[in-house]
Amino acid sequence: MKITEKFEQGEFVVTAEVGPPKGCHIENLLEEAKTYLSDITAVNVTDNQSSVMRLGSLATCKALKDEGLTPIFQITCRDRNRIALQSDLLSAAMFGIENLLLLTGDHTKLGDHPQAKPVFDLDSVSLIHTVKQLEAGVDLGGNALVGEPPKFAKGAVVSPCSDSVDAQLAKMERKVRAGADYFQTQAVYEPEKFIRFMEKASQFGKPVQLGIVIPKSAGMAKYMNDNVAGIHVPQEMLDELRADKEKTKAGITGVEIAARIIKECRPYCQGVHIMALGWESKIPALLQQAGLR
Amino acid sequence: MLITQLKSKDTILSLTDGKKVFIINCFGCREVYFPLEEAAELQNEMNESGRVTGILTTDYICNPENLELQLARRQSEIDAADVVLVFSCGVGVQTVAARLEEKTVCACCDTCRLPGFQGVTPLEYDCGQCGECYLNLTGGICPITACSKSLVNGQCGGAKNGKCEVDPNMECGWERIYRRLEKIGRLDAMKCPVQIRNFATDKEV
Repeated sequence: MKITEKFEQGEFVVTAEVGPPKGCHIENLLEEAKTYLSDITAVNVTDNQSSVMRLGSLATCKALKDEGLTPIFQITCRDRNRIALQSDLLSAAMFGIENLLLLTGDHTKLGDHPQAKPVFDLDSVSLIHTVKQLEAGVDLGGNALVGEPPKFAKGAVVSPCSDSVDAQLAKMERKVRAGADYFQTQAVYEPEKFIRFMEKASQFGKPVQLGIVIPKSAGMAKYMNDNVAGIHVPQEMLDELRADKEKTKAGITGVEIAARIIKECRPYCQGVHIMALGWESKIPALLQQAGLR
Repeated sequence: MLITQLKSKDTILSLTDGKKVFIINCFGCREVYFPLEEAAELQNEMNESGRVTGILTTDYICNPENLELQLARRQSEIDAADVVLVFSCGVGVQTVAARLEEKTVCACCDTCRLPGFQGVTPLEYDCGQCGECYLNLTGGICPITACSKSLVNGQCGGAKNGKCEVDPNMECGWERIYRRLEKIGRLDAMKCPVQIRNFATDKEV
């Protein structure tokens, strides 16, 4: 099932992400996904997230699909040139994986193999263009594909609370023109900024899912403020996370904050994408509090 | 050693598109091959149409102090032009673009690598000698050398407070490009077709 069909039906689309383990055993991931994520629309699988080497996104997508879930194959340009990227896209199509999230990817220097060669033969925009080409039955070299070409829902990302939101919108427009069908955003903690962004982004006519990271502690929030691009957790939220340490540790405060953000932004967007970062077990409670269940 | 070769005539004429132009030729380092005759022919043609406000033929425009002296003498001709066309390697174009912040500065050559001795490319501007100069789409700031991922379709989401995710002391190259395009009224360049690099270029030279 393509996620774009759900947007077309007017559904407020809920997705969440899982990160493959550093190792070749996937039982825990599948168990968690089946327990907490089986009633949401689709599950993103990250691609060597933060440039840290892990089990592959494509293999994990296939395993999730075999368990009856709908995977979204995240694919970055950091580790593969245009030949390998296209080959993996065809492999995904062969497995019946229909949803993609197409990204440039973090630089290799940020991860656990900083000596690795960063590839970036393509980038998010030219990768979207490449998928569009494959869908037309032609590869990037101009050669015809054999048989029925693949069809995907082509997702992309945008950072609505970035300090240069105008440049982000220009990049978003490039992605739309290249063929992006829907967008997932960087984590949002400032609903007013997100709403202002959506007032401008709505001109592109593409569905946008609000990005949510459940804040686990004041320390984590502060770390994101200092280190993660496009994220700013306001002081009131930091204070709220600090106020009752036990409540925060149990995840109650973080879920309350995230639910509030979703409720405030919901009228302005077409879905929500939850990056739980190991707190997948909190997702059902979050959806309930946000009025989505 | 490096080679500069003329971009196609159509490309160069599309950059000027009826506008008034000031032309800068750099005949600097002797290690650099420069398409002298073809450039002169094209420039004569432009001159006949009466759109050329002046032609400056000099050397080592990659040296900002030298460039400053040369440009100061021709300021009125530069002011009268809408576009400054630069026939030089990628370092020269970037040095001119940085000096003439308010002007649209265009590269008329592609700079290719020739194995062996490197051309004289000193100072703060860097040319990757990639053979398909992007400076006309990026306001004279090179995305190959100013972006840690050498992206050619706009910035990634990794910059924080305008600084690169790889090095907090390095400004995001695409942030700089966006601001420059904004300043010279050329944000339409962000709407150019999808760019895909051609890594076969080296071999063709």
